[in-house]
Amino acid sequence: MHIYIFKRVLMMIPTLILISIVAFLVIQLPPGDFLTALTAGMEGRMTPEEIAYLRERYGLNDPMWLQYWKWISGIVFEGDFGYSFQWRRPVSELIWSHLGLTVLISFVTLLFVWAVSFPIGVLSAVRQYSFSDYFFTFIGFIGLATPNFLLALVLMYVGFKYFGQSVGGLFSPEYQNAPWSWAKLGDLMAHLWIPIIVIGTAKTAELIRVMRANLLDELHKPYVATARSKGLGEMRTLIKYPIRIALNPFISTIGWVLPSLVSGAVITAVVLNLPTTGPLLLGALRSQDMYLAGSFILMLSTLTVVGTLISDILLAWLDPRIRYQ
Amino acid sequence: MTKTPVLEIRDLQTHFGAREGLIKAVDGVSMTVNRGETLAVVGESGCGKSITAWSVMNLVPKPGKIVGGSINLYDRNGGSVDIAALDPKSAEMRAIRGARVAMIFQEPMTSLSPVHTIGNQIVEMIRLHQPVTKKEAEAQAVRMLDRVGIPKPTERMAAYPFQMSGGMRQRVVIAMALSCNADLLIADEPTTALDVTTQANILELMKELQAEHHTSMILITHDLGVVAEVADEVAVMYLGRAVEQTDVFTLFDHAQHPYSRALLGSIPELGKTRGQRLTAIRGMIPHPLNRPLGCTFNTRCPMAIKGACDAVEPDLIQTGPHHHTRCLAYQNGYTHHFDKKPEGAMRPSETIGGRAHV
Repeated sequence: MHIYIFKRVLMMIPTLILISIVAFLVIQLPPGDFLTALTAGMEGRMTPEEIAYLRERYGLNDPMWLQYWKWISGIVFEGDFGYSFQWRRPVSELIWSHLGLTVLISFVTLLFVWAVSFPIGVLSAVRQYSFSDYFFTFIGFIGLATPNFLLALVLMYVGFKYFGQSVGGLFSPEYQNAPWSWAKLGDLMAHLWIPIIVIGTAKTAELIRVMRANLLDELHKPYVATARSKGLGEMRTLIKYPIRIALNPFISTIGWVLPSLVSGAVITAVVLNLPTTGPLLLGALRSQDMYLAGSFILMLSTLTVVGTLISDILLAWLDPRIRYQ
Repeated sequence: MTKTPVLEIRDLQTHFGAREGLIKAVDGVSMTVNRGETLAVVGESGCGKSITAWSVMNLVPKPGKIVGGSINLYDRNGGSVDIAALDPKSAEMRAIRGARVAMIFQEPMTSLSPVHTIGNQIVEMIRLHQPVTKKEAEAQAVRMLDRVGIPKPTERMAAYPFQMSGGMRQRVVIAMALSCNADLLIADEPTTALDVTTQANILELMKELQAEHHTSMILITHDLGVVAEVADEVAVMYLGRAVEQTDVFTLFDHAQHPYSRALLGSIPELGKTRGQRLTAIRGMIPHPLNRPLGCTFNTRCPMAIKGACDAVEPDLIQTGPHHHTRCLAYQNGYTHHFDKKPEGAMRPSETIGGRAHV
């Protein structure tokens, strides 16, 4: 098991190097750079000399490999993610200030998604074609089909109109810059449910379908019949055998849930005005703020790789067939 | 030794309410298993052998249901319980499963959970039915594994099924099934998925264990070679019904029902001369939703008589001291239709409806 984990961690290194190169190339692919985007809005208020000076200062004239090397060596050796042209602040400072709340929302959403989809998925598999199965399937498809921004708008309307909440953001105005207190935490909780539901709904619907399909596959396997023929009760049979085995793909969802919770919520975050990383990434991409965008993409990729690693380790722990091969 | 029954199935009916219509998978099956004996149930795929077995476990898969008849399970003091009348989910039924009636499945590859050790799965069975500690149950499980011929049983307790061969896995399944000393063992094609040498070993082992524990067995198979090797009694099934029941010697020498004889005629034999052809049963099994009127076998039967076999449903008739057949050729009032007496025919005797005492 330890060897397995060690091997997997070792394999992450080349993957990450490759990802960082690709991420940097992709950021550079669109024609122009940050200065083209900047000067486009100024229409001749900057002289070509000034632009050339800035381009030289930001190192935009260097060959691409040199730019990449400056960027990646800074990250690896000094933890320096570069400088955001647009915000005129170090990238790491920007990211860290947004990351805390992002991780909080992602994590709580993940718990929400699991807590809701697991029991419903099990129920609709065990009672296949029953009323509850059809009901939740219906709800699930609606959840899958509703665009997140629409759901966000609807929930904000409901929250404002019927609960008298200040909507948008994660805090009411009076707590925005207040130090942490129980009241502020309560205020956060009151705001948190909207983004959690909005971000979590589609994932929940998807995981319900995954759980249902997996469990339906397992329910009719002979080992379930064996367990019943031993005289085991129905509930214990289900929990110990088919549900346990149907969990595997559920666990492997962690791999993609982690990054998509960070990046996938961009539109929701914009609509809900959340202080998370999503809108920051969107802005960076639009203004070709290359170090900020590149660092974001690198972080999301790292999260994907780490998420995959975590889910692989969990799977190996859960399933001896993987562990012993 | 007088024969005492351990299981008596009378006129069992297990139906499946499918969307296309009612499928009578088991439609009036009667058979008896005597203590310490093996009853082989033979027939083509889809004839209802497995559903009969599932009915005895009271674990008929949805949407099937036992809708009629009785399944009496006798204990050693002569008391009996009707399994067909019990709620499949009741505690009483669960106490019977595994402890008094145990089952061995066809596929040793998939009938054990892939993510639990074999020790865990056997211990679970023992602790479900016996008030023993985990340690004692483990010791018992090791003894059982040793008995079924698993080398290094103590170490093997921690092995997972995928680390063992098919034959070894089937030994584990047998050890598990016998770990609570069940009175009746139902083996649903236990050797079909194994290669021939392993098959012989497993059958040998089952015979030995049966003699040791005085267990009765229902062996479901389509392999008449297996029947000849281990069975005491044989019930031949066709389309949800038992068409003939007798002891194994009588069946092989004097089979009465045309279907039984056709089955026996379709086995390849050593010593047959070149050029001699195997007799195949002509036609296909009718669709279960489209059962023929009269005798269910009349569409494929070489002896079928128009106007009788396709109109009158034959009863299960006692045709000998130890022989029951469901064929008009043996039924009072119809024998004259059949100019040529089928082989092994005895005098037609009284009709006893769907009930028979084997």
